[in-house]
Amino acid sequence: MSTTTATTYETVIGLEVHAQLATRSKMFCGCPTTFGAPPNSQTCPICQGMPGTLPVINRRAVEFVIATGIAIEATIPERTQWERKNYFYPDLPKGYQISQYAIPLASSGRLRIETSDGPFTVPITRAHLEEDTAKLVHGDTAGAAGARTSLVDFNRSGAPLMEIVTEPDIRTAEQARRYAEELQLLLRAIGASDADMERGQMRVEANVSLRPRGTTAFGTRVEVKNMNSFRSVERAIAYEIERQGRALDAGEPLTMETRGWDDGRQATYRMRAKETSDDYRYFPEPDLPPLRVDKAWIASIRDTLPELPAARRARYEALGLSGYDAAVLVADPGMGGAFEAIRAARPTLPAKEIANFVSGSGARVAKGAGYNATGVPGEGHPADVATLLAAILDGAVSRAVGRDLLERHLGDGTPSAALLAGAGPGPISDDAALLEHVDAVIAANPKAVVDYRAGRPVAGFFVGQVMKATAGAADAARVTQLVRERLDAEG
Amino acid sequence: MEPHATIHELTAAFAKGTASPVAVTEGYLARIGALDDKVGAYLTVTRDQALAAARASEARYRAGAPLSPLDGAPLAIKDVFCTAGVRTTCGSKILETFVPPYDATIVARLRKAGAVLLGKTNMDEFAMGSSTEHSAFKLTRNPWDLARVPGGSSGGSAAAVAGGLAAGGFGTDTGGSVRQPAAFCGVIGFKPTYGRVSRYGLIAFASSLDHVAPFALDILDTALLLGAVAGHDPLDATSVDATVPDYAAALGAGVKGLRVGVPDEYFGAGLDPEIDRAVRAAVDVLRDLGAKVEPVSLPTTSYGVATYYVVAPAEASSNLARYDGVKYGLRVAGKDLIDMVSRTRAAGFGPEVKRRIMLGTYALSAGYHDAYYGQAQKVRTLVRQDFEKAFARVDVLAAPTTPGVAFRHGEKADPLAMYMNDVYTIPASMTGLPAVSVPCGFSATGLPIGLQLIGRTLDESTLLRAAHAYEQATPWRERHPSLA
Repeated sequence: MSTTTATTYETVIGLEVHAQLATRSKMFCGCPTTFGAPPNSQTCPICQGMPGTLPVINRRAVEFVIATGIAIEATIPERTQWERKNYFYPDLPKGYQISQYAIPLASSGRLRIETSDGPFTVPITRAHLEEDTAKLVHGDTAGAAGARTSLVDFNRSGAPLMEIVTEPDIRTAEQARRYAEELQLLLRAIGASDADMERGQMRVEANVSLRPRGTTAFGTRVEVKNMNSFRSVERAIAYEIERQGRALDAGEPLTMETRGWDDGRQATYRMRAKETSDDYRYFPEPDLPPLRVDKAWIASIRDTLPELPAARRARYEALGLSGYDAAVLVADPGMGGAFEAIRAARPTLPAKEIANFVSGSGARVAKGAGYNATGVPGEGHPADVATLLAAILDGAVSRAVGRDLLERHLGDGTPSAALLAGAGPGPISDDAALLEHVDAVIAANPKAVVDYRAGRPVAGFFVGQVMKATAGAADAARVTQLVRERLDAEG
Repeated sequence: MEPHATIHELTAAFAKGTASPVAVTEGYLARIGALDDKVGAYLTVTRDQALAAARASEARYRAGAPLSPLDGAPLAIKDVFCTAGVRTTCGSKILETFVPPYDATIVARLRKAGAVLLGKTNMDEFAMGSSTEHSAFKLTRNPWDLARVPGGSSGGSAAAVAGGLAAGGFGTDTGGSVRQPAAFCGVIGFKPTYGRVSRYGLIAFASSLDHVAPFALDILDTALLLGAVAGHDPLDATSVDATVPDYAAALGAGVKGLRVGVPDEYFGAGLDPEIDRAVRAAVDVLRDLGAKVEPVSLPTTSYGVATYYVVAPAEASSNLARYDGVKYGLRVAGKDLIDMVSRTRAAGFGPEVKRRIMLGTYALSAGYHDAYYGQAQKVRTLVRQDFEKAFARVDVLAAPTTPGVAFRHGEKADPLAMYMNDVYTIPASMTGLPAVSVPCGFSATGLPIGLQLIGRTLDESTLLRAAHAYEQATPWRERHPSLA
């Protein structure tokens, strides 16, 4: 934001996020929701809106929204209902979308985020459950009548969708991006949505307006769409703030409109004007009875909620990790999973050591070999990693050797026991243990002892024999010292 | 067999081997071939499928293993029910070519019971009407007087059963669309409790009011037809998950001690005096049979029609939005998307459907929503409370089904005059209460009159028992129209 814009105007941002829920089947029929299936291969008469078909609620989808509602500290109503949102469009096979209007499944929630300016709490107006539309594929080829053709793919039609709407209390593009990122983490932690923005599983729309600082009336609102990454969210909003600020400075009127983000041009462009407000003629969906959400149901969902990102970050910090490390582990399911698995295998390991391994060499190995779902990289096993880390910390192997062993384990899955055996017992720092080797070598080489005493330079021979016997695990300098002490003492 | 044999007579003969499902089906098909040009009951006759079903039924009887008391029963199905592989028009140009890939739940259940489906019957377009005159395809005539309407919207099924062109049938009752044509055609029309029978595959007119309802020649057949299709359906979230009693088994218990309420408001101005007399005489019959008759009041009755004509069109305006020319049915090309949708709907829908879509769209519009749709929902609650109060005192309500007998084609060109035909049937539709129309006499001109009995939620058994007692005590079911 330019200084003048920042000082003259206050930015008002509200976000609407649509998240496709990770149910196996659609919202109102049994069709699967697998991403990337051939067009119209996941459809049935119900999601094609054929005459006479009826919707039946997917309870899992309801549970995902309730779980999200609990996670954002929202109010869950005792009774909810669905409404029909009526409008004509070819991607809407029934001519109405089954959505929630009067009684959303979750209302008045909040999500706390960290920004470069410190923590900020985003108030969330509501989260509700609705069905997705079909997808239009616009062809370039002319149809029979000479007009361009558009095709409809109903695979997405009727997929369960959660809409999460914030209050217009977001003030910066960074807050907007951070909110979207934190929401993605939350949805993924709950398992409610895969929330992949590039796949359209999480779609962020921003309502952006400016108003003179010190005023309370809202300025002319512009809706921004087509932001396919978190970076786009931040850039599109920043661009829009600048654009609107310049227009206001120049005395140019702004219009209510929907604008799209062009990632190539790094600019927003007008999609359509919003001259009139749409009348969707909402009314309660007569094909679906109101749904009772009893307290026991909410409680059972609450009980199955996993640890949420914020709580997990707090726990990691309590374990001694830096805020940065904690955020990295929570943000990356691979790293976070590896951290948890290794820690579970050996709870006595210092968390910082595991975090360093996971975010350091672990991340490198992860990129090459890939972490699997359990957070185990490559062919590796968390217990083996834990054993090798412990060997380093115990001093059983040097850091350099230990790192090498970890790389080998992660690379080909060789068990930690075999690696440590092959590496020898490690630097033998215990003099008593070393002396056993020294004495054995001296006893076995009486001729060399005579030579030594005769002043010949054979100390190196003894040291080499000891090093051989300890497979290089002894400290050569200490061994030399001990050999000289022994030979001199016996002389 | 007689052209007006009941289903239970037919299936008893099938079981004894004195009649054959194939011969009976052939008999009905021959009668349809000979007489349906006059009556106009059917839009589609599924001859080959019917004969195949009859042959399969015959084999089962030969093996001594019929599927149900309906096995081999030749039935007529309103063209509002989806039938896999068989054109389903809903009486509309917009669905003239629509062939569903699925069966409605009731169609599937009837097939599973071994019934023989003779064909799809005529109806008012999208079930909007009370005379079947709003069909986009043909006129249906009342078998008792071919110059008159059979009632509607399920006029085709009613005329088929009355005319001996089917042994039984199914229609849908949204504001009276089964009870009214049953009264006009002198047959039984039984609207069960809302949710008792699945609506899956029933092409929606007004979802909160649409009921699947059988037509039959007598109450035992009614019980058998209802029993075959009733019961929870996981495909319909509004279907009730309650046990279905053996309706036929409970029929003979009589009405001794049954409390019958006679609502004053159903006998006021506008009621044909002949109907008034016939219905009061029917109430006397029930009293003579041991029922306790008492007057009751349903003060909200007069608001029924107005309320219905807000709620039903509102739901219809949304339900019919899917007919946009994009996916199935009629498509009229246009210069762009909106133009294509507009032209398709302009060409595909008839005037009554357009009228109701406009009414409903208006009633749901911003600024009018609360005054119309919101208010109508409140009145609906009041009507329900009226009935709850009445049913605290009585078990069954007795009233006329219609204010007049079957009228002439074209006689009720004014939509409001047509709408008033449903004044006595609408309250049970809006409350979802079970209700039946039973023949209770004839006018001086020889036209049938219907007695309406209304019961408590899910208490179809009591209603059937009362109707059965009345039917057994009166001679009306023995008279049939002659089409020869």
